Amino acid sequence: MSDLLLARSLFGTTMAFHIIFATIGVGLPLMILTAELLYQKTKDQEYAVMAKRWTKVFAVQLGVGIPTGTIAGMQLSLLWPGFMAVIGKVMALPFQIEIYAFFIEALFMSIYVYAAERIRPWMRIVSLISVAIGALASAVLITNVHAFQGTPDGFRIVNGRIVDVHPWKAFFNPSFLVTSGHVALSAYIVGAFVIASVSAFKMLKNDFGSRVYKFHQKALMVSLVIGGVFSLLTALNGHESAQYLHRYQPEKLAAAEGLFETQTHAPLTIGGLTDKKTQSVKWGVEVPWALSFLAGNSFDTKVKGLNDFPESDWPPLFAHTLFNAMVGVGSLLIVIAFGGLLWRKVLKKDRFPKWLIWVYVASGPLAVMGIEFGWIFACTGRQPWTIYHMLTTAQSVTTSTNIGMLFVLFVLVYAILAFSVIFVLFHYFKKNTVADDLNRAEQKGVPLFGSNS
Amino acid sequence: MSDVYLAVTILWGFVFIYAVMATMDFGAGFWSMIYINHSKTKATTVANRYLSPTWEVTNTFVVALVVAVYSMFPKGAYTLGTVLLIPGSLILILLAIRSAFLVFSHFVSEYEKILIYISGITGILIPGLLISVLPITHGNFVYVTGGKEILDLAGLFSSPNEYAFFGFAISSTLFLSSLLLADYSKASEELDAYKVYRRDAIILGPISLLMAVFIMLTLKTESGWLYNKMMDNFPFLLLSLLFFLIGGLGLFLPSGKVKGKPRLSVIAVTLQYLAASYVYGRAHLPYIVYPYVTVHSAFTDPASFHAVFIMYIAGFVILFPGFIYFWSLFMNDKRYLRRRKANQSPE
Repeated sequence: MSDLLLARSLFGTTMAFHIIFATIGVGLPLMILTAELLYQKTKDQEYAVMAKRWTKVFAVQLGVGIPTGTIAGMQLSLLWPGFMAVIGKVMALPFQIEIYAFFIEALFMSIYVYAAERIRPWMRIVSLISVAIGALASAVLITNVHAFQGTPDGFRIVNGRIVDVHPWKAFFNPSFLVTSGHVALSAYIVGAFVIASVSAFKMLKNDFGSRVYKFHQKALMVSLVIGGVFSLLTALNGHESAQYLHRYQPEKLAAAEGLFETQTHAPLTIGGLTDKKTQSVKWGVEVPWALSFLAGNSFDTKVKGLNDFPESDWPPLFAHTLFNAMVGVGSLLIVIAFGGLLWRKVLKKDRFPKWLIWVYVASGPLAVMGIEFGWIFACTGRQPWTIYHMLTTAQSVTTSTNIGMLFVLFVLVYAILAFSVIFVLFHYFKKNTVADDLNRAEQKGVPLFGSNS
Repeated sequence: MSDVYLAVTILWGFVFIYAVMATMDFGAGFWSMIYINHSKTKATTVANRYLSPTWEVTNTFVVALVVAVYSMFPKGAYTLGTVLLIPGSLILILLAIRSAFLVFSHFVSEYEKILIYISGITGILIPGLLISVLPITHGNFVYVTGGKEILDLAGLFSSPNEYAFFGFAISSTLFLSSLLLADYSKASEELDAYKVYRRDAIILGPISLLMAVFIMLTLKTESGWLYNKMMDNFPFLLLSLLFFLIGGLGLFLPSGKVKGKPRLSVIAVTLQYLAASYVYGRAHLPYIVYPYVTVHSAFTDPASFHAVFIMYIAGFVILFPGFIYFWSLFMNDKRYLRRRKANQSPE
């Protein structure tokens, strides 16, 4: 493998691993906040127990999310010095503001966890809101750098020199809001469905009607509401994201849709595999005219095909598959979230059929896969550029060698971290059961948050 | 002050703050491992009580430091990023294991010991590797061939100066953290732990000073330019020594039930390191990586710097009350410091 491919593999692996924890780290605080607010409103202890247990999950997964985030931030400089030399000059603001978001999250997370029993209820809410805002802001800001990579603004390169730098113009680049919005909204989907997964699994393991079963069913309903609302919002925002691609990165849209010929009344191809030889998508289902309508709100919108661009500038053609997988997961989650709410709230059924509970068990891993597909699509779909039409990936990569050895080392470390985080979560919750926490919550004077046997 | 010097002062400030916080952080992790079987003295408990709420905040400073380098000196980040690929990756791997296992140790009591051992040992190596960035920037081990910058790792690890820095980092880590924990245990009224940490500080202080002298001696032969420029500010080095002596004195002053005023020592020793790092930093100017990259050649676009600088001020104003509140909850709240065994589990 070439050093460039190795560097991409190493950084891609780091990001693929980090985003699992980063996304859950953004999504969970909203779930905890919801539970805490529900508790303050209803005084139902079960919500306090949910907040406590989810906080523990959050604290454990931060143990991986923070160090892998640190790795990601530094690998940017170590593996892509050419890219960071440009970013440092033009787009330093998001990184810098992100630091403040980290600080807010770190300070108030410690306050919420380690001082929980010493601060007033309203201060607990303030701390949680601060954690949620800190986590959200860091996601929005770091995604802004990704948005800038697709729609760079605020500088020019003249004879290899960077001139005419307007840092705030770069910050508010055209796709900032729509791209970061997409990442933020989808993180809340993941947070919700990860909870849904565990709750559904526990419902299968406990007798229907038991106290623990009811607790998990309550948690499942909270996550279906949050998950449903945010998957719908993400879909609306996703539509806008695609229109931005149409305007700003047409070759990426063409690769996403497997479209080779520029045309009006372009069809939308769902599924299938893009085939370069025949210039078509094999085994896909074509919806006539739909792509033109989605891209520009009218059937005679002209959508550019890949043949309009030199082949050296084409993103990899598997982008179509990734794009479809992402959209597919998102759509499925909307259906199952609202399906469940309909079943319980409108049809007033008191229990879910077993197969549906299994679907909810699968929903968390599905949601995580959805964001993996989305990120891999977003980043490979931008190739061969790190900064669209400004800087290529080959120009960005380090001139150092020996990346293969580092790749092996880092993969090993991620494997150790993945194994141990799962082990720690299993172990902790096996020793601190829902029943234990419910008992603690009922006894006055026994600390709930400080409890840790 | 010109933009460039303003920028490098901010950067130096971050380096110093992170250096002090990191030594306390990694040191506390190490001590909590060393005294894990001394349950009577509570030395481990005190170390964990400090460490649990602070490690995440400390970790943010290292990210802040790296961001400060690439946002203010992008060309410097380019060269450093290129030559630090191997040592930087090693630091990251150790840091990941250390942080993760530190967190995990609070959640699985059966495996607490082994996890604290792993995080303690990996943690104590990190300052040694981090400080190696300094001898690398002295330029003796960086080569440019065919436009590529290359680090001579074998050369680096056969240099006495590198080992002087390595030893200095580890002894300083242990020295500063034992001082801080002495102060922290006294405030917590854990007098047995206080005696332990006071003793450690008394042993380690002279060792770290010796290491500093060793750095100067090896620097003289390996990077004469830096040595000479540091000696231009000899009075500040003497001032640093004076603070060291005041710090030492602080541990022997009479005060109530037990000997020593550790708060005075912590402040004096922090000033000792501040004075010494000022001399080092000043002499290092204008080079970021000698002789290839200077603060002038590496400086960012002025418009970018102005935006970044304004954000530094805004961020400081927003965050300062948060830091004060945090400090009052974990460093200064008697309920937190003096809680008894019954509910003192660190998480």
